[in-house]
Amino acid sequence: MKTIDPGAADPGPPGAEPEPADAGAGAGAPGTAAAAVAAAGGGLGRASLWDDAWRELRRRWVFWASAGFLLLVALMAAVPRLFTSTGVNEGCDPNDAKLGPSGAHWFGTDLAGCDYYAHVVHGARPTLLIGVAVTLFAFVIALVFGMLAGYYGGLLDALIARLTDVFFGLPFVLGATVILVAFPSHGIGAMTLVLVLLGWTTMIRIMRAQVIAVRDADYVQAARLLGASDRRIMARHILPNAIAPVIVVATLNVGNVIAGEATLDFLGVGLQYPKVSWGLQLNLAQDSFVDHPHLLIFPAVFLSATVLSFLMLGDAARDALDPKLR
Amino acid sequence: MWRYVLRRLLQAIPVFIGTTLLIYAMVFALPGDPIQALAGDKPIPANVLSTLRDRYNLNDPLLVQYGKYMWGLLQGNLGENYDGQKVADMLGGRWTVTAQLALTAWIFELVIGIALGVWAGLRRGKVADTLVLGGTTLLIAVPVFVLGYTAQILFGLHWQIFPTAGTDDGWPMSYLLPGMVLGSLGLSYVARLTRTSLAENLRADYVRTANAKGLSRARVVGRHALRNSLIPVVTYLGVDFGNLMGGAIVTEGIFNLPGIGQQVFQSIQLKEGPVVVGAVTVLVLIFLLVNLVVDLLYGLLDPRIRYE
Repeated sequence: MKTIDPGAADPGPPGAEPEPADAGAGAGAPGTAAAAVAAAGGGLGRASLWDDAWRELRRRWVFWASAGFLLLVALMAAVPRLFTSTGVNEGCDPNDAKLGPSGAHWFGTDLAGCDYYAHVVHGARPTLLIGVAVTLFAFVIALVFGMLAGYYGGLLDALIARLTDVFFGLPFVLGATVILVAFPSHGIGAMTLVLVLLGWTTMIRIMRAQVIAVRDADYVQAARLLGASDRRIMARHILPNAIAPVIVVATLNVGNVIAGEATLDFLGVGLQYPKVSWGLQLNLAQDSFVDHPHLLIFPAVFLSATVLSFLMLGDAARDALDPKLR
Repeated sequence: MWRYVLRRLLQAIPVFIGTTLLIYAMVFALPGDPIQALAGDKPIPANVLSTLRDRYNLNDPLLVQYGKYMWGLLQGNLGENYDGQKVADMLGGRWTVTAQLALTAWIFELVIGIALGVWAGLRRGKVADTLVLGGTTLLIAVPVFVLGYTAQILFGLHWQIFPTAGTDDGWPMSYLLPGMVLGSLGLSYVARLTRTSLAENLRADYVRTANAKGLSRARVVGRHALRNSLIPVVTYLGVDFGNLMGGAIVTEGIFNLPGIGQQVFQSIQLKEGPVVVGAVTVLVLIFLLVNLVVDLLYGLLDPRIRYE
């Protein structure tokens, strides 16, 4: 649907005659993908795109600021005990409900009188875990199927394109709500599954377009003439040249997933009490925001700052990887 | 051109069937019996139960149910909810609320977004550019419900510039604040897309040619660079209109606007399948149609694009 050239929807690869005998070749692509990227980054010498990008990134304060904040949040997620000795839903005193920030409770207390700071710290884990896991799954799906669709074209491409259209047309919040209401569990696993199901379409479209853009390049033709197999061409030649924009979108995507997950928590169809997450904190306190703004401010600031960090990281990566805009 | 439209319409059919079947299957899989849900805890006599189940085709397998539903849809019938109300009547008045809200947000995105994008794109690397980039990144990062409550508390309660909630003041007053909240995400993307695309096109050869011919700055930017730069922006605006219609649940909830989103959200919890499927079906139809219109707009923006 995003093709500017209306004729591009028709698969007709000039020069890229699919080898029917090699239909299973793509199955090995994800395994070699990491190796290929590593090789492109480390082995091919100083002139590679990845070295250039890293040199560019190192000079940006935005990169260091967002990476620093994300490191802090990741630390909160991994070892919450470093930041607070209070566990989830521990030491709550209903007599102390909705207190403002003070020395004893840095971020105040919530509706049940629990320490708000402790809950903000513990809320980092589900938020970050879901954001990263969903993106990772969607990234792998995009790499494998975007590559196969773009490289082979034909029926497979048409099938994947239509399937992408179907899921792309589904309204996110409505779709997620229907699935989650039908779902027996509302844990981190279920949330990840639902968000992957509704969020795999963006990256696959970009990957497919990238593969189509490079699949007829001279170096690919040369490799083919030298007798390289389809699998080798995809892993060694196309993948390193097609992956950069997908990585950028993946970084941005972590932020979007986190915001989407928080929205579902906020609507009450996501994670449930006694779990703790930033979206859930905001859901529980939503009727008290007007009189007790600290209930809104603290989870909202951490949530927004985390999303913001991923967005800025993605932007910085895009600037570093796209020499056209330099 | 007409062949292209026809082909696109034919391509849209499997997508439409796929999406509606998907949502139908999902609603079908909702746990609990919807007829029993009508009566709450009270037992329903067996013959009443079976009559009602027959009436709403609940005894048929999924594909047969779906087929009957689509047959009704082809005749312009959105079906009947389990309590006997016509789905079209239940959704009727709510469409106007959601459409007004989405349209307000969309116009906001279009006008302010493109204006900000042009402003930043013309001053790439300067203060204005940094300001727009930073501001829009921030807007994207703040989840819509946080933005909604903050805006409501500040502009509605404290400064009382806009109505706090409800639709009592009619369009546009009641829809301005919710529209801006709903459109803030799209506004950021529109501004950034315009900015990047314009900045890139300003360095193109045809712009240098236009400058060399001695055309005025306004004409070079407006007629040559901007028109070409708008293609990705128009694509985004098209896709986003569907998102605005379907994604207004949160905004409608915060500002208490009785729109489609609220109705569907309620209906999902109450397992009112026909309402959910009806609303989503119309949403998907809008989405597909707007996308087709967008693809046809490309030709107007860039005459080099031909439809065959």
